[in-house]
Amino acid sequence: MRPPATSPCLGAMVHAFLIHTLRAPNDKDAGFCRVLYSCVFGAEKSPDDPRPNGAERDRLLRKEQILAVARQVESMCQLQQQASGRSSVDLQPPSSSDEPMSLHDAPHGAFRLAAGDPFQEPRTVVWLGMFSLGFALVLDAHENLLLAESTLRLLARLLSDHLRLLAPGTSLLLRADRIEAILTRFLPHGQLLFLNDQFVQGLEKELSTAWPL
Amino acid sequence: MSSTGMERLLRQAREIQDGELSKFCARITKLLQQQDSGAEAVDALQRLLLILSATKYRRKLEQPCMNLLQTTLCSTTAPPQLQLLCAAILREMAPVEGLALTCEQAHNSHTLSLVASVLLAQGDRQNEVGSVGRHALQLLEARPPEGPGPRLLLPVLSKVVSLSPGILPEGSWFPPGSGEGLLWQLAQDRSHLPRCGTLVHLSWLCNGGTVPGPADTQYPLLSSPDVQPKTCPSCPRSPGGPAAPEASGLAALCQHPAGVSAAPWERLLCSSDKPGLVTEVDGSVATDFFTVLSTSQRFTEDQRLNVLVFSMLRTWLLLGLPAGLTAVEADDRSELEGSTQSVLSAASATASRLLPPQQQLRAGAFEYCQRILEQSGRRALRRADSDLQKACLVEAVLLLDLLCRQEPSFLYPTLPCLKALLGRLGGDPKQARTLLPVARFLLSHGEAAAVDSEAVCRHLFTSVPAELFPCPMLAFELVQFCRDSLHILGPGLGLLKPSFPNLLKLLAWHSPALTSEFVVLLPSLVDAGTAVELLHALLDLPCLTAALDLQLRLSPMTSEWPLWDISLRPTSCLEGFRDPHFQPLFQFLLRSKAAGSTLRLAPLYRLLQPLAGCARVFQCAQAVPTLLHAFFSAVPHVADAALMSQLALALLERSGSLFPVPQYEDRVHRVLSTQLLGLCRLRPALVVELARDLLGFAGSVSGIRSQEPMFTAVVWAAGEYLTVAHDRRCTVEQVTRFFEALEALLFEVTQSRRSASPPQCQPQVITVLMTTLTKLASRSQDLIPRVSLLLSKLRTLPVGPGDEDTDAVRTRATELTNLLKMPSVAQFVFSPGPEANSSRFHRDATTALPLALRTVSQLVDRETSLLPA
Repeated sequence: MRPPATSPCLGAMVHAFLIHTLRAPNDKDAGFCRVLYSCVFGAEKSPDDPRPNGAERDRLLRKEQILAVARQVESMCQLQQQASGRSSVDLQPPSSSDEPMSLHDAPHGAFRLAAGDPFQEPRTVVWLGMFSLGFALVLDAHENLLLAESTLRLLARLLSDHLRLLAPGTSLLLRADRIEAILTRFLPHGQLLFLNDQFVQGLEKELSTAWPL
Repeated sequence: MSSTGMERLLRQAREIQDGELSKFCARITKLLQQQDSGAEAVDALQRLLLILSATKYRRKLEQPCMNLLQTTLCSTTAPPQLQLLCAAILREMAPVEGLALTCEQAHNSHTLSLVASVLLAQGDRQNEVGSVGRHALQLLEARPPEGPGPRLLLPVLSKVVSLSPGILPEGSWFPPGSGEGLLWQLAQDRSHLPRCGTLVHLSWLCNGGTVPGPADTQYPLLSSPDVQPKTCPSCPRSPGGPAAPEASGLAALCQHPAGVSAAPWERLLCSSDKPGLVTEVDGSVATDFFTVLSTSQRFTEDQRLNVLVFSMLRTWLLLGLPAGLTAVEADDRSELEGSTQSVLSAASATASRLLPPQQQLRAGAFEYCQRILEQSGRRALRRADSDLQKACLVEAVLLLDLLCRQEPSFLYPTLPCLKALLGRLGGDPKQARTLLPVARFLLSHGEAAAVDSEAVCRHLFTSVPAELFPCPMLAFELVQFCRDSLHILGPGLGLLKPSFPNLLKLLAWHSPALTSEFVVLLPSLVDAGTAVELLHALLDLPCLTAALDLQLRLSPMTSEWPLWDISLRPTSCLEGFRDPHFQPLFQFLLRSKAAGSTLRLAPLYRLLQPLAGCARVFQCAQAVPTLLHAFFSAVPHVADAALMSQLALALLERSGSLFPVPQYEDRVHRVLSTQLLGLCRLRPALVVELARDLLGFAGSVSGIRSQEPMFTAVVWAAGEYLTVAHDRRCTVEQVTRFFEALEALLFEVTQSRRSASPPQCQPQVITVLMTTLTKLASRSQDLIPRVSLLLSKLRTLPVGPGDEDTDAVRTRATELTNLLKMPSVAQFVFSPGPEANSSRFHRDATTALPLALRTVSQLVDRETSLLPA
């Protein structure tokens, strides 16, 4: 008996997007891995929990889930950096921010999260490291990974351009409105979009008009 | 901002006290009530969001503030910046008990989109998902004036169906021929969409457009005339002769944006939303309908919808259709193939309007995919577009797969396209990832594609991993493909299993990301033919990592960054890699297929020693114990007696021959010893059959020191299973030979222990030796005096200060001596029959076992207290 024909492709959206800190490997003084921004597109169904403060526990669980993803991305990134012998220096932005960034050579990868650990459904995480920041998309298990990967690169590039992440003294912590504005255009409700280069430029122009730098 | 700066800001946010927060809320309330609070309000809301998100614990906001956040969110006059922040804050707090926000408060698409993001974050306790879905449908059906309405709401619906498939009322998407329902309505009444827009818009999903357009299009993928159903009906090259000039379901799909039609400019000019010139990604002017791969200087609203709709199409086809239509079992297919009216033949004629909407949607989707396949073959001018082409190709093939499952009559026109596609993609290493969905398609559509699926699987399992293993995404996707396709691989599984040396290259290079995948995949790779070779390959995995590292260092650079650790300069290894003396070993290690036999790689361990310390090798070595456990979990299902003894011999041999990565030996030894005992437990006769090998292993002192866990396991197994109870072939001579060898060993070990001050071996080893000797003696009573003598010597071992180890040895020696005084009890305790495992012996106090145990422990306790001081 074959499994239902549709089972391997069910679900095709982004569950969450997050930005977090990436510490250099072996840097014991760098504190903890911190989630700097996260957006969950439609929560998983809450368990029926008759006990009081169910909502509070639910939120706690969601925060822990996102943090678990961030930690795993950080460790994947650190292991990859160590394996390719890249020093922690690579995690620092270039001294001159005029240098064009090549996100194609940035550390990146994907891994799977089994059902129940930490999300109810199985998920795939696609991640990208950009200097000391990690970007990750938590996807339904069988999303189009080529599209997810290029979308993640696009988001990282847009965020770094429009939030001037590399310029000293700017923080994304107090610029959530701009992150939201980028996500609503380029990842509406967690929907990955097939955007060609011209289209991206059009949307970016629209973004710059609505949210001047 | 530096990470310390961010850390400081986060700490500040976390440390804000409730009192301060409530004052801050009061300030926000005041700001939100003002008409033009502008930047100040934005700044305050940013800070509030940071305060809330910085902690995983709940922060309580004052009710007036909560209320105003919701009011601002739904306001039609509030600046979008404020609304976005309000939504983000409410989402960050979710789930919130007693949230007043409902869909009814949202009167336009923009607001509903924001409200939906908050409500969908609540966890569906109050059925928010269904409510959001219904309201989005209502707003869409209310035919809003021209604007971005559908574009904002469609992703909401897509999320709703993906969160809760089937939640939308049946028929809301695809009503059976009635004039109701979202897509139907959009199709019927497109007054709000620019009629003269050149491009396919939402309506084509359900119903083709009504504007026929001449075409002069080539369909390179559809070479034979009988597979040209997509050709525009009014196209002069249409195979079906002159098509009816009036409305056609597919005409809209084939509208030509520019240049070809007799009156395209008229249509362009009369559009209220003029598109720019539409070109293909290679810069040529588009001669076919608009898709996500068409570019333009300026995109119209329908083009934006087109992009959105294609992006969501898979979700819709999968989850938006009424249940039962989405899954067509392969077994039912042949029947359907015969009986269903061909969508294609219907779609290519004027009858398309008569088709049910689901079929129109599928026919439209099919056309679109065909066009994407054609467009993805063009040479893109920009790198981003060439990436997009690959992503679109993957999506189109996934969609075609889905369409063919839902509507088997699509299969025959699709197969030739995919064959042509294979021809195009096969040789290009950059397209390896796009081959995966093609392979999956071919595999899941059975015999019709058997030949091609075998060819593509062979390619995917041989040259792709061998050449492209350093790419992390390809590695992940290929392993995921193998894992997910196990049940459909069929004859492909016969290709997959012998390809394990190649697949292990992916694992060796990307062990952190792939270990958990292989834990699932490995058991399927184990069969009687590959098991022993696979075991050796797993044990040599760190060595493979080192060899791949050398291979990459010697191959031309493919990326800007070197993929290896440049701080290491393994000159001797690189020379060795080229040395003809080592060539056969390297070739064997880097083989792409199972060889059917194994070579001993010990000379390579020495050569590759300088790489043993590099991070990637170390990471891989850390994964091996987990992988070994996964491997052995499959052994009981495939192994017969002969294979088990081969595996046991391999374990004995390999415990002394491992690549010297730090800590690797210790960790692997622990696994190997556990697994050896596991094999003996599965098949106790192994011990009798392999008595000579086990004796050879256990009989040397060197084994005790370098491979202690393995040694202990072998000695324990001999004591446990070397008995006629487990195998009739067990002879007294065998027992005696084991006894004598172990006796000599124990003597040697304890004597050296007496003389040399640092302990030579662990007390566990001594106690296991003693216990095994006693067990063997209990089976052959002539040996009892000899073991008693040995034990009595151990009881008098001199004790050093704080020497608890020796104490333990002496206690065990005393216990064993006492048991041996009653040979029949000793035999029962040391060699209980299989019935001792039955639960009755443990629960029922009147049966012999508890009684015997009580008696024995009384005896043992009494005698222990009489130990000489």
